[in-house]
Amino acid sequence: MIRFFIRRIILLFVTLFVTSAIVFGLTQLLPGDIALLIKGRDASQVVIDDFRETHGLNAPVLVQYTNWLGGFATGDWGKSYLDSSDVRTTVLRRLGNSLQLAGLTLLLAVPISIVLGVVAAVAQDTWVDGVISIFSLAVVGLPEFVTGLLFLSIFAPGAGWPDWFRDFFLPALTATLVLLGYIARMTRAGVIEELRKPYVRTARLKGLSTREVLFKHVLRNALLPTITVIAISVGWLIGGLVVIENVFNYFGVGLLLVEAVERKNMPIIMAATMIIVFFFAVSNMLADLLYAMLNPRIRLG
Amino acid sequence: MTTAPKDNTQQAVIQAKDLRVEYRINREWLTAVNGVNLAIYPLEIHGLVGESGSGKSTLALSMMNYMADNARIGSGQVLLDGQDIAPLSSQQMRAIWGKKMSLVPQDALASLNPSYTIREQIAEVTQQHMGMAKDEAYAYAVEMLARVKIADPEAVARSYPHELSGGMQQRVMIAMALSTEPRFLVLDEPTTALDVTTQAVILDLFRELILNNQAAALYVSHDLGTVAQLCDRVTVLYGGEIMESASVTELYAQPLHPYTVGLLNSLPRHHDGTNTRLSTIKGVAPSLQQRSKVCVFADRCPVAIDICRAEKPPLETTPDGRTVRCFRWQEIANNELDLSPPEERVTETSDEADRELLQANSLSKAFGNSDLLDRLLGRAKEPLQAVDDVSFSMKTHSTLGLVGESGSGKTTLARSIVALIKADSGQIELYDEPIALDLEKRPQDVLSELQMVFQNPNDALNPYHSIGQTLKRTINKLTSKNMTDEQVAARVEDLLQAVRLPADYAGRYPSELSGGEKQRVAIARAFAANPSLVVADEPTSSLDVSVQAVILNLLKDLRAREGASYLLISHDLDVIAYLADEIAVMYLGEIVEIGPTEAVYNLPSHPYTEALISAIPEPDPTSGKQRILLEGDVPSARDLPQGCRFHTRCPRKIGAICENEAPPLRDASDGHVIRCHIPIDELVALQSQPPVAAGEGK
Repeated sequence: MIRFFIRRIILLFVTLFVTSAIVFGLTQLLPGDIALLIKGRDASQVVIDDFRETHGLNAPVLVQYTNWLGGFATGDWGKSYLDSSDVRTTVLRRLGNSLQLAGLTLLLAVPISIVLGVVAAVAQDTWVDGVISIFSLAVVGLPEFVTGLLFLSIFAPGAGWPDWFRDFFLPALTATLVLLGYIARMTRAGVIEELRKPYVRTARLKGLSTREVLFKHVLRNALLPTITVIAISVGWLIGGLVVIENVFNYFGVGLLLVEAVERKNMPIIMAATMIIVFFFAVSNMLADLLYAMLNPRIRLG
Repeated sequence: MTTAPKDNTQQAVIQAKDLRVEYRINREWLTAVNGVNLAIYPLEIHGLVGESGSGKSTLALSMMNYMADNARIGSGQVLLDGQDIAPLSSQQMRAIWGKKMSLVPQDALASLNPSYTIREQIAEVTQQHMGMAKDEAYAYAVEMLARVKIADPEAVARSYPHELSGGMQQRVMIAMALSTEPRFLVLDEPTTALDVTTQAVILDLFRELILNNQAAALYVSHDLGTVAQLCDRVTVLYGGEIMESASVTELYAQPLHPYTVGLLNSLPRHHDGTNTRLSTIKGVAPSLQQRSKVCVFADRCPVAIDICRAEKPPLETTPDGRTVRCFRWQEIANNELDLSPPEERVTETSDEADRELLQANSLSKAFGNSDLLDRLLGRAKEPLQAVDDVSFSMKTHSTLGLVGESGSGKTTLARSIVALIKADSGQIELYDEPIALDLEKRPQDVLSELQMVFQNPNDALNPYHSIGQTLKRTINKLTSKNMTDEQVAARVEDLLQAVRLPADYAGRYPSELSGGEKQRVAIARAFAANPSLVVADEPTSSLDVSVQAVILNLLKDLRAREGASYLLISHDLDVIAYLADEIAVMYLGEIVEIGPTEAVYNLPSHPYTEALISAIPEPDPTSGKQRILLEGDVPSARDLPQGCRFHTRCPRKIGAICENEAPPLRDASDGHVIRCHIPIDELVALQSQPPVAAGEGK
C-alpha cells in the first residue's frame, strides 16, 4: 500500500511537470508579441515595457518557465494579464464552483445509472432491458447543448423556478444525462458477465435467495469496472464541462479556461490546466485504490 | 471398495425415473437427456462417464433440479428420499439446495466468489440452513476445513480463494459441500484440473467423507481411471442415453456395450510399448440436433448391423442385474464378437543414423526480479526460480517426455527451448551449433526447425483466418524456398492429409471445427515448416479420451513420417509413456530423474517419480495398488527448500543430510540418472517393498 502511494504520488508530480512543460511550450509557439496582443498595437512603449516588467517577460524563456514553476509550487500563481488580479484566487473560486457542479452530478448520475444498469441486466433480453438500453443510448447520443437548451426553454424563467434550479440543478442534470448512458451500459455489461460465472451457480446451490445472490455476490464484482468509468468522468466534470457551462453561463473552470485561451491570458491557462490535470490524476488514483480495496485479487504494491 | 447394497428394499437416496431434459435452441426444444433411469443408494458412489457432449453434466445437475435458463425437465421424476423434486420451483428448491444436496464442481477457483474470504463463503451455507450465528458459523467453517485435512485451517479460513493452490481450493469446495451433511453430492469432474498427486489425495478424501456422512454421490468424469478407483457402480452415457450400467468390477472386467469397449481400449497404458497404436472410436459424438431415433451409437459402432440403424435398442437387464442398451450384448458377453483392437504397429523408418539433435546446458530462468523502488523500500523479493541449471540432450527421431506437477518448471523449460521465454543463462545447441536464447536473434531456419503445439487449440488458432490461410502463412513465413502458390496449396493439402483431415477443411474457420480437429490443425501448422523438433505442451489434456487416442496416434505416425523429434510435456505419465523413449521428471526447476522410459517406470526410481507413478489411477478396479500420498503442496519456487528440494514431502527421507545437502546425481544404469541421497541399490531394496506408513494419508 505504501509502495503504491509513493509510486503514484511520484507519478502525479511527473505528470504535472510534463503537463506544465507542454502547455508552457505551446504558449511560446503563439505568434506575435504577447504584450502587444494584450495591450493592443496602439499602446505606448511605456505601457508595454511596464507590462513586460510586471509579468517577467523580459527574461529568457527557460528562466520564465522556472520562475513560473517555482511560483506555482510556492502558491504564487502569477497575475492575470488582463486586470492584474491574483490568478490563484480566481482559479480556486472557479474550482469551487466546478466541484459543486461535479458533486451534484455524481450524486444524481451514479445511483440512477447503476439501478438502471442492474435492472437491465437482470431483465436481460426482455422489454424492460430494451427500453432502458434505447433510452440510455438516446441520451448518450444527444449533444449537451441540445439537452441544455431544451431544459432552459422548458423551465423558462419567470415560471416560478427558483434561481438555483436554473443556475445549478439544470446544468447538473444535463451532465447527468451524458454520464447516465455510459455508466448504465457499463453496469449492465458487468452484471451480465458476472451472472454467467460459476460462483453464481455455487451461491444459488447454497439455497440463497435471488436477492442475496444478486446483491451480496454479483454486484460486488460487477461494479468494479463501473468504478473506473466514474473516476474518469470526475476529471471530465472538473475541466470538460465547457459546453454546459457556456449554455448555462455557469462560472466553472472549463469556461474560465476557454476565456483565457481566447484572450491569451497565459497565467490563467497555466494554472487552470494544472488544476484539471491534478484532479484527473487524483481521481484516477482514488479509483485504483477503491478498486483494490474491493477486489482482494489486486494487491497494491 | 465397498460393495453397493443390492438390497432392493432399501430406498434410493436419489433416483431419476424416465428423466428427459430438454434445451431450447433456436425456438425448438431438443432432447439432451433421454429416458434415463438411475438410482443411487446410501454410501454409494455412482460413476457417470462419457465424452463431452454426452449429456453427463446436464444429467448430473438435473438430478439436483438445477437447470440452465434455457433448459427444462421435459418429463420424468427425480426422487429425493422418495419425494419428487422435479416439479419444484427454484424458490422451493432453496430449502433443499445446500442442505440436502450439494455440488463439488470442476473449476473450484471460478466457483468461489473472488471477493469473499473462505470462511465467509462456507459460513453462508450453515447460516442459511442450520441457523448458525456468524461467529459460530466461522468457527464451524474452520472445523470443516480441518476435516478435509487442511493443515492450517485458521489461516485458510481467512484467505481469499486466489491465495490458495488448486488442490486447496478444491478441498474448500468439498468442505463447503459437506458442511450441512447433505444426503446427495454431485461431484462434477472434481479432479480434472488437478495434478495426479493432488488428485490421489482428494479421491481418498471423497471416499472417506462420503462414507462418514452416510451420503450418496454421483461422480461425473471422463477419466475411466479415477472412476475405477473411486466408484461402486458406473453408468456409461452416450448421446443423452444410458448405454450400460453395472458395478465397476463387472463393467471393467467385461464391458457389454461396444462404446464402453471403445472407451477402455482408447486409454494409453504404459506397458503397451512405443510401437503400438491406440485403438480409436471413429467419428465424433452427435450434437443435440443429430440425435437419431435409432441406436445413437450406430454411426460410430464397429459392429453395427442393419437393425441398429432401423430401430432404437431397448435398455435390457441382464440376468446378473446389469443394464445395457445394445442389440448384440449377448454376443459380446459370450465373446462371439471381436471387439479387440487390431494389433497395429507403427514402423519407424529412419534411413539415417541417429545423431545429436538438441543439447541444453545449464539453462536457468527466474521470474519477478525486484525493481529499484522495491530495493529502496527494502522489500526486494526473492525471484521465482522456475528453471534452475537444467541440462539434457536429445537425439534425432526420439521423444523426450517431461513430467512433473504444476509449478515444476516444465512449461518454462519447454518454452525457453523454443525461445518463447528467454532463458537467463545457459546454452542451447541445435545439431551441435549454438543457437541464441533470444527469439529475435534466431535466424529463420532455426525458427522453422523448432516448432510448438499448445495445450489449448482454441487459443492457438487465429479465429479470423481459415485453416488454409493459417497453414499457408506458416509455410510462407518459415520456408526459405520461394514456393509458387500452387506448391504452397499442394503442401497445405499434403499437411491436412497427414493429420487426416479432408482437403476441403482448408476453407473452414476454427469455430467450425471440434476440439480434436483444431488440435490436428495446430499439429499440421507445427509440421508445416518441416521442423526437427516439435515441442508439445499438454497436447491432449483438454480433449476427451477417445479424441486423445486419435491425437496420440497421429503424433506417433507423424514422427515416423516426417522424421521429427518431440519434446512432450504432460502431467499424464501414461500419455508420456505411450510416446516417449526417454522421460525427464522435474521438481521445482530441477530434473530429478532422467532415463529411458522403461527404466524410469521400473525400479529404482526417484522417490518423487515413485509417488507420481503410484498416483496414476489405474482403469482397473481390482488393481488395489498401494498409493503413496504426498503431503502438502509443492513449495514456492521463491523460497526453495535447502538441501534436497523434495525433502519437505519425501516419504523416503533418510535424515538431516536431505535437509542440508543437495543430493548427488546417481547413475542407475545406462543413461538413467537419479538425483537422490539414497544409493541406487538401497533404493531398489526400499522400493521392492510396499511403502512405509510415512507417506500414507495421515
